[in-house]
Order: sequence, then C-alpha cells, then structure tokens
Amino acid sequence: MQCLMVTLLSQPRRIPGGLRLDANKAQSLQQPLRAAGVPERLYIPLSQHIGDAAEPLVEVGDQVLKGQLIARSPGYISAPVHASSSGEVVAIGDYPVPHPSGMQAACIVIATDGRDQAAADDLRMENVLQADPADIRQRVRDAGIVGLGGAGFPTSVKLNPGPDREVDLLVINAAECEPYISCDEALMCSRPWEILEGIRIMRHALQARQVVIGIEDNMPNAIQCLQHCLDESEETGIRMIPVPTIYPAGGEKQLIYALTGEEVPSQGLPIDLGIVCHNVGTAAAIARALLQGEPLISRVVTVTGEGVRQPANLEVRIGTPVAALIEACGGYTDAVARLLMGGPMMGFSLRSDTIPAIKTTNCILAASYREAPQAPPASPCIRCSDCVDVCPAGLLPQQLYWYAHARDFDRIQDYHLFDCIECGCCAQVCPSHIPLVQYYRFAKTEIWSLESERQFSELARQRHEARLQRLEREKKALEERRAKARKSLKPKAGDADAKQAEIAAALQRVKAKKAEQSVQARNTSELTEQQQADIAAAERRRSPGSGQP
Amino acid sequence: MEFPTRSSPYLPLRSDLSRLMQRVMLALVPGALALLWFFGWGVLFNLLIAAGTALLAEAAMLQLRGRPVRATLHDGSALLTGLLLGLSLPPLAPWWIAVVGTLFAIVVAKQLYGGIGYNPFNPAMVGFVVLIISFPLQMTLWPPPQGIDAQILGLTDTLRLVFAGALPADASLDSVTMATPLDITKTRLGLNYTWGEILADPRFGAFAGHGWEWVNVGFLFGGIWLWQRRAIHWQIPASMLGSLFLVSLFFYIADADSFGSPLFHLFSGATMLGAFFIATDPVSAATTRRGRLYYGAGIGVLTYIIRTWGGYPEGIAFAVLLMNMAAPTIDYLTPPRVFGRRDPEEES
Repeated sequence: MQCLMVTLLSQPRRIPGGLRLDANKAQSLQQPLRAAGVPERLYIPLSQHIGDAAEPLVEVGDQVLKGQLIARSPGYISAPVHASSSGEVVAIGDYPVPHPSGMQAACIVIATDGRDQAAADDLRMENVLQADPADIRQRVRDAGIVGLGGAGFPTSVKLNPGPDREVDLLVINAAECEPYISCDEALMCSRPWEILEGIRIMRHALQARQVVIGIEDNMPNAIQCLQHCLDESEETGIRMIPVPTIYPAGGEKQLIYALTGEEVPSQGLPIDLGIVCHNVGTAAAIARALLQGEPLISRVVTVTGEGVRQPANLEVRIGTPVAALIEACGGYTDAVARLLMGGPMMGFSLRSDTIPAIKTTNCILAASYREAPQAPPASPCIRCSDCVDVCPAGLLPQQLYWYAHARDFDRIQDYHLFDCIECGCCAQVCPSHIPLVQYYRFAKTEIWSLESERQFSELARQRHEARLQRLEREKKALEERRAKARKSLKPKAGDADAKQAEIAAALQRVKAKKAEQSVQARNTSELTEQQQADIAAAERRRSPGSGQP
Repeated sequence: MEFPTRSSPYLPLRSDLSRLMQRVMLALVPGALALLWFFGWGVLFNLLIAAGTALLAEAAMLQLRGRPVRATLHDGSALLTGLLLGLSLPPLAPWWIAVVGTLFAIVVAKQLYGGIGYNPFNPAMVGFVVLIISFPLQMTLWPPPQGIDAQILGLTDTLRLVFAGALPADASLDSVTMATPLDITKTRLGLNYTWGEILADPRFGAFAGHGWEWVNVGFLFGGIWLWQRRAIHWQIPASMLGSLFLVSLFFYIADADSFGSPLFHLFSGATMLGAFFIATDPVSAATTRRGRLYYGAGIGVLTYIIRTWGGYPEGIAFAVLLMNMAAPTIDYLTPPRVFGRRDPEEES
C-alpha cells in the first residue's frame, strides 16, 4: 500500500503565472437559482463525457420516463445516459453537439410530454456512509455522473483510487476561476447541504483521510453558506480554504498547488501525490443520485453576458437547446454578437443556438461585441515574453509559437508542448495579438495525427514483415514436406526397381521392333535391282522433301 | 440563430504593439528634455531627421517587400528606432550622420532581416556602431552643456552648422564642441591623472558629468515609469545597472585613483538610456526570466570593460550588440522550470 501524506499549507500559495481578470459574475448572481423548465424537445448526445460513447437502449417510438436509462456505457471509461424528462423518442441520429468544430454526433431526441413522469429509481442507497465503496462507485456509475467542472471524466473511475493506492487528501474544487461562470457559486449558495452530503459520500468512497474545499476568495457568499453548513453539521473533517483569486487557480493542478504547495507531476495525475480532486457540482450530483435517487439529468448552467436580457443561473435538463435557455432568461438583447459555451478563456464559440446543453456545460455566454470582440489582426512576435510571465505551466509560449509556426514538431516537444493546459493567458496578454492557443492546438493535433500515422505505418511494416516471414515459413514447410515425402518413398525400393524394369522392358520392346524392321530391310538385299529401284521410288514418294531414301 | 465563431480566448485584449511603443516614446520625454536643455537645438534636429528617415525608410522597404505599409508603420517601432538613434547622436553632427545611421538601422539591421520581430540585433545600436566606426570625427561633435562657461550656439547657428557645415565667424569646431565626461575620463586616466583631479574639472557636476547626470536621471525616471506600467521587465535594467555598479565598485575600491566611481558610471553617457530603453528591446534581448538577468549583467560588465580598457569612451552600443549575439544561447540555456517537472539541469 502506497501511503502518501499531504500537508495543507497554512497560507494558500499564489499559483505561478496566471492573470487577474474581471470576474463578471455578479450579473448572473442577481437572481436566485431557478429551474429552466422542460423544453419541447431534448437533444441528448450519447457522448457527453471522456471515453466511449454510450449505446442506445431505446428505439424511435419508445415512450421513456424521466430518469430512465436510455443508453448504456459500453466500457469502463464511459457513462450511461438517462432521459431528462418523460416523452417519446422521436429520432436517434446525428445532430449538432457542443464541440469547438461544430460537428454533429449521435443524439437521442425526445419529444417531451409535459408530464415529467419519473421512472422508478433504483439508485437510492440506505446508510450510504456504511456501504461498500465498490457499491457506491457502481451506483455513481449507474447514475451517469461525470465531472461537472468541465472535463466530464466519469466520476466513478475517479472514485476508485486503485487497489495499491491510498487517498490522503480529497480536494473539492469550488474555485470557479473563469470570468462570467457562476454556476458553482449559485449551487453553493442555494444547496450547500447537498454538496456537504456529496462530499461525505465521496470521502467514504475514497476512504480519504483529509478533505479540503478549495474556493476562490472572491465568493464571500458561497464561503459563508458552506461554512455555515459545516458549522451546523459539526463536521470537523472538512476544511474550507479560500485561495487567491487568479485565473486559472481552478485548474486541478493549480488548485492543488495553491492548497498544498505540491506540483502534480507533468503528465501525471493527482493520485500520484495521494490526492483526488472533484468538482463541487459533482458532489451535489452524487448526493442527488444516492440520497434522492435521481440520476444526472440536470445541472446548473450560468446564462449570462450582455447578449441576454436577464442573466441567471438555471437548473437545466441535460439536452435542452441553448435557445430555450436564452428564452428562459428573457431572450437575446440587440447587443448579442457571439455565443460561447463555457467561459471566455477556455470555452468555445457556438455556430447556432440549437445545440443542447450537456453534462459538462457550465455556462452559456451570450457575449456582446464589447465582451468578445473580433480577433484583431496578428503582428509578428516581438519576443516581449509577457507570455512567459503569465504561463501557469512554466513554459516559453513564444518558443512554442515559433516552432508551431515553423512546423518543427520535434523541437516544440523539447519545449514541453504537452504540458500546455490551453488556459489562454498567453494569448490574452500578447501585444501582437497572436492566437497562440490556436497554434498550440494545431501543433498538438498535428503531432497526434503524425503519431497515429507513424503507428499505422509501423503496423503496416510489421504486417509486411509478418507476411514475408509467413511466406518463408510456408516455403520451408513445403520443402520439408517434400523431403519427408521423398524419405518416406525410400523404404519401398522394390517399387522403384519394378518401374526401372518396366522401363527397361519397354525399351527392349522398342529395340526388338526396330530390330525387326532392320531385318526386313536386310531382306531386300536379295531383290533385283529393278525391285530395289521401285522400292526406293516408292519410299521417296512416301516421304516428300527428302531427296534420298 | 446563427453566430460567427472563432477560437479562444475571447476577452478583449489588453495590450497592443502601438500602445506599447507609444508608452516607450512617452517615457523618453524627461531624458530627452534634459538632453535638449543641456545640449541645445541639435538634439531636436537629430530627433526629427532620424525619425523622418526612419519612417520613410520603413515605408519604402515595406513597399518593396510587399507588406502592408500603413498598418505596419502604425506599430511605431520604426519611429522608436529613429528616436533612440537620434538621442544617441552628437547634436552638432552634420545632418547626413542621422540619415546614414537611421537608413542602415532600418534598411539593413531591421527590414533585411524580415522587419519587426525578426531582427537579431538592436537596429538603433547597429546604426550607431556603423556611424562611430565610419565617421569617428563627426561622432565626437558634442557641444558643451548649458551652464558651462563656453561658446554655445543658438538656433540659427546650429541650423547652419548642422545643415550647411558653416560655423560663425568667431568660432572654430574646437571652440563650439567639447569632449564628453567619459572621453575626458578616458584620456586623463590614460595620462595618469587621479580620479579626484578629473572630478574637480568644471565640466563635471555633482557626481558625474555636468548635464549628463541630469540626462541620466531623466531616463531613469522614464524607465521606472515604464516598469511600473509593465511595458518592460525589471530584470534587464536591474541586472545591467547592478553589474555595472558592482564591477565599477570593485575597481574603485581597489584603486580609487585610477578608476571612475560607480556613481559616475551609472550616471554617465548612455547608461540609463541603455538600461531602460535599449537593452530592453524585446526582439533582440533574452526572454527567459533567468536569461534576462544574465543578459543585462553581460551588458553591464561589457560596458565597463569597453569604457575602461576599450578603444571607445562609451561602450553601451557594443555591449548591447555583443549580448544580442549571445541572447539565443542564453535563452536556450536558461529555460524556466516546467510546472510538475524537476529542474531542467536535474532532468538532463
């Protein structure tokens, strides 16, 4: 058993690099958290998480109930999908899904019936805190819960530290560091108990020795609500530590550094330090599933920006089209210029508002031109190295840019391209307005495709070599078989002699025939000259072309 | 509803090349005013000629290279190069000195290397070095500073001298120019004067050359303002001034008679202009945090060496160009520690 002891810092540390950004969270926090309602149609993608897409269990025409399992997870790193409301499955096919590329992917479309009738729940657990952690993981898995912080990694996998590892510290990530996003803050203010229950379940499932809630110090209301909860429950094993508000302090590795001063190894996981990190929203989802029997069919989404009339935080059914959420917030204003999913630093822009909100959707930002302007034209890099100072990963963004630009994919990896977390700080401070993150994404994708090409050609080479070897083997085998056959013929030597004798006999017969002919010819010696001349003439006629007999 | 898409991040950008250059130019004002006050109209002529030449040369080269002229001129980098070179030139030098130096700086040192962002050497300093090597005589034509009992040329006389090479009837080139304090120090230390005797010369002021000390104070103020506005990083000026101070202190303590004082070195010649405005030129400087420290320290040490033992009284330009050459290597050898990785030295 690997036992790692993690010590929390008495004074949380400022993360390396990073930026102070205007929070812009107040707009969406003016109204209390409320339900967005059930839309007419739900577009529920089968892949809302990291890992394999779920496999549909329903067919077009099927009636489904709220919370009913409609697609099962085919593998370990995957998550099932549930109907977010009751109604009829009207289509299963490709529809636009939340993705930076604007691509389409498999969705189950449900025409809701307005009754919102719930299926019988089989997720609820009695005495959760005494239950077997494996059972808890299975229920969390069945509930389709994935990390709600944004990445969407299946939570049950992250609740399983593995047989040879112990979890010393469970970090609950409540540091919502991107501007505009306030869904976690709204959740903490309105449902702190749910969060606390969820954290307790997680602690039990992980058998974690310590628990800490890392929260940015610019959310006094949320801090107060949660702290009140902790005090009331006389829970002493869970601490809440406000960390300095600086983007991207909410990154998993950054938050762990701020709280413990420890750096998660490059290309490693927090568990390498004996730490597991879960989002605060995920904790609430676990409590809902295991205590109230509701699978992950809704989540809190911030709808904000100058492009929407009444910014708010909404409890949103998974699969609700963005247009319905905007409608629930009073519709677009005239200022709307761009629609973003996620925050303005790491989110992506949506081409259309028919795209549904999914399990990982934390924010819909209907931005005005002022909030998210057109990308200004880029100038050459002047190597000012402002990007170096703000990079939270300790990279040299200008060198990465240089090698991405030059397509030097070997050198760019010497400069640790894959340690880049794409937080966007470098691009944000670049005086030359170079879309740096885009260059890094390009280089990463290019390297991945080169790598898979290399693997493909490696595979082809191996196949070719295997084929050559097989042919060689077959040839050898054939020869061996022949040699064996020859060998097996040898003991029957009599047969061979018989053949020889037969051949000899045949030759004998031929000779005899020839001899007979020559005898006849010899008979002619007694013929007259005239007779001989006649025979010769006849012979000549018989064989035309030959001058002489 | 349909919307335009683009890649992240989306927030309005905070900084901008032309705003950055404008800030640097604004920060030059106190030092430039001091220079103008002490050394007269020639300073203004140099600035105007160099700035005008820089803009014309940049525009012509951009046109020839088929690059956007207006947008690129707007970034202000050519203007800044012209101004920096203009500030370094002797105020009584003939007009074509500024023209030749700026042309070389913009055409050869900047545009032929690919324009802004691609020049390995500081263009203004390349222009300066070309001039000081090619026209050593014209590059000594510094007038006596204001407040010294000497013949000082007015506006028209300066105009006629700079543009027509004509001197007033009662003057000679020697009577209207004066050796700079760095020059005096170099010559006299060579003649075995003691530092104390040199400092007693009327051409010296409170702690360095008369007039020069205030010019340097002006550039120091501008530089500190630039640092506060985050237009420059602190490492290069700090390590350059620090190393110059330490090296000169070492020799001053060892032999106070034969070496200039640290204060004299910090506030003479182009020290402050170099530390805050020239060495910090991002394109040609080192970019890593540790690298900037080495880079600045190298400039400080080289400046002292050239001033003390080299062939020229002032060494900033040579020191900057020498360290420009070393900058890529410095960057390569001083990578920052990547988050979650051990020290690069340990790793290898």
